[in-house]
Amino acid sequence: MKVSLFITCLSDIMFPNVGKNAVEILERLGCEVDFPTLQTCCGQPAYNSGYLEEAKGSMKQMMRAFKGAEYVVGPSGSCVGMIREYPHVFHGDPEWEKPAQELAAKTFELTQFIVDVLGVKDVGSTFKGKVTYHPSCHMTRILGVKDAPKILLQNVKGIEFVELPSGEDCCGFGGTFSVKKPEISAEMVKEKSRHVTETGAEYLVGGDMGCLMNIGGRMQREGKNVKVIHISEILNTHN
Amino acid sequence: MSLKLEDIPFDEGVQKGIENDFMRQAVSEAQGRFRAGRLKQAQELGNWEDWRKLGEEIRTHTVNHIDFYLQQLSEQVEKHGGHVYFAETAEEANSYIKQVIQTKNAKKIVKSKSMVTEEIGLNDALTETGAEVVESDLGEWILQLEGDHPSHIVTPALHKNREQIRETFAKKRGYTGSSEPEELAAFARKQLRSDFLQADVGITGCNFAIAESGTITLVTNEGNADMVWTVPDTLITVMGMERVVPTWEEMEVLVGLLTRSAVGQKLTSYITAYTGCRGEDEIDGPNDYHLVIVDNGRSNALGTEFQAALHCIRCGSCMNVCPVYRHIGGHAYNSVYPGPIGAVLTPVLDGYDDHKDLPFASSLCGACTEACPVKIPLHEMLVLHRQKIVENGDTPFAEKMMMKGVGMWGGSPFVYKMSTKLAHSALKPWTKDETIENGPGPLKAWTQVRDLSAPPKQSFRSWFENRKKDGEN
Repeated sequence: MKVSLFITCLSDIMFPNVGKNAVEILERLGCEVDFPTLQTCCGQPAYNSGYLEEAKGSMKQMMRAFKGAEYVVGPSGSCVGMIREYPHVFHGDPEWEKPAQELAAKTFELTQFIVDVLGVKDVGSTFKGKVTYHPSCHMTRILGVKDAPKILLQNVKGIEFVELPSGEDCCGFGGTFSVKKPEISAEMVKEKSRHVTETGAEYLVGGDMGCLMNIGGRMQREGKNVKVIHISEILNTHN
Repeated sequence: MSLKLEDIPFDEGVQKGIENDFMRQAVSEAQGRFRAGRLKQAQELGNWEDWRKLGEEIRTHTVNHIDFYLQQLSEQVEKHGGHVYFAETAEEANSYIKQVIQTKNAKKIVKSKSMVTEEIGLNDALTETGAEVVESDLGEWILQLEGDHPSHIVTPALHKNREQIRETFAKKRGYTGSSEPEELAAFARKQLRSDFLQADVGITGCNFAIAESGTITLVTNEGNADMVWTVPDTLITVMGMERVVPTWEEMEVLVGLLTRSAVGQKLTSYITAYTGCRGEDEIDGPNDYHLVIVDNGRSNALGTEFQAALHCIRCGSCMNVCPVYRHIGGHAYNSVYPGPIGAVLTPVLDGYDDHKDLPFASSLCGACTEACPVKIPLHEMLVLHRQKIVENGDTPFAEKMMMKGVGMWGGSPFVYKMSTKLAHSALKPWTKDETIENGPGPLKAWTQVRDLSAPPKQSFRSWFENRKKDGEN
């Protein structure tokens, strides 16, 4: 199966390991992975800030970049969620509505793709450690992916999985919200950090680097000894 | 008439909320209770998503045909001896109600809970009549004694704990008892009883107005609304124009969604229904009845992308799940309508000038949309508001420039690729041990409370390119 990796701008620039792990997992599961280099950002930062025209530029570029792809897979529920919104954004646009629908229909979040498309529930990884999972808001509520990451995590050998209390609560990232209303965002991430600490987990795992960058940055600032990692790291570990 | 509660900058209100530990504790506990109750009720009822869909369909149909149903409602009310007044503005509504009260030469007015009367500032407007206005909902009564505002549309005194309430009763009404809820409530009942018996005019809000029969229905747990509509000789209902439902059948569906979503109850203790004036064979109810139907900006939403905001059935479940609301409290929204629905509805009714921060005070987590029993896409509407504010040119200059840059960057693979190469060195001056603790520009707000891991030397794309080359060699 041919898969085009949608790396997301955040992981491309800030967290390349997420992409490396994603590529290796997909290849191990028998996919042929390519990386269309014309891809940029899904447009969400501008879109969610109300800058529709600026966002559309990015979105069109993404449609061009992935035009020939069979499947597009990204390691972020939020960014994939944005692409799934393209048909709504370009509704009634004679030139772009159709490409928007095509791209939305073939784009999947990494764990969603593994479980729902490849039909794999155990990627064969081994990971030793106490792990809790933050189900990001856009992954669960916008994209509707609730079970796939947990199914994959629970089938990892050696893992000790603990539920995160009030996991469904937002961590306070919200893209530009975190710098536009920093006081509110700060209270939200402090609360999330408190909940993570309560679990006693050594690792906090999630499927969205935006949220993880926020929670991890806060926990580091608080001097908390919790490693915050993307789910692809666990799914690609064989220790 | 502005919906603003106080004349202070938005961020100041937010700060006040964040610093109020008492309030935050109270709100957090209430949210936990309401949320658990709602989920339990939804599960017990079963097929919750189907019920939500039905709720959405009913509201969509009704608001699409609102002219028809309001006409039907008003004919039915008149048929039952009532007067109907359509108020385009808050001022029109207030002056009509004032006129009724003056004609009756009323000395005492009892009210049951009504957010629309908060919206139009009715109590203030009525001071000119010289009549005493008494709020009879327990929460509203507490706030009236304090001169405070509701911070939640269903549980208005959510931000108060019982110790504060005991103090208020002691200070304002000479209460000497404990802070036990039963004792506080018994005291309030006793105080209010004489007000009910003396009142010349009763004023209620409206949860659902049933068009086919001209009936007003109210949902309460205290039974105070029944005292308000049965005892005084004159009764006035004030309703937002979108409170209408076609028939009793739809009312039943919506009430079930409302009580479950609002407070996690199958039904509230009282579901009150009254129709027009007292009939010849009836022993209670008003001899003179007035229905005031308020527009006050609601028509602005009709036919626009904000129309679904009028579907709201005022259950408050969006506030009960909102993490922003939990941390800043209802008053910080600085609008009669707080929380996610408040952030959506307030600018629709009242314009952006006084409320342009509201749509941005959300992480767009979508918890509100998920909880809404009539499926209003609240977080999407917040984005729409943001688009309007940007279109109006009403965002800071620096942000506009930055977003222009973001647009160019995302629209051009060349510029984007450059950025992946430059990010590491551009942030190097602020980087120590691969961490940025005190970032420049927009990163400053970020690093005030959290670290930022610095971009590594090699981007993903450069790694992939090298890997491919290695593979080919």
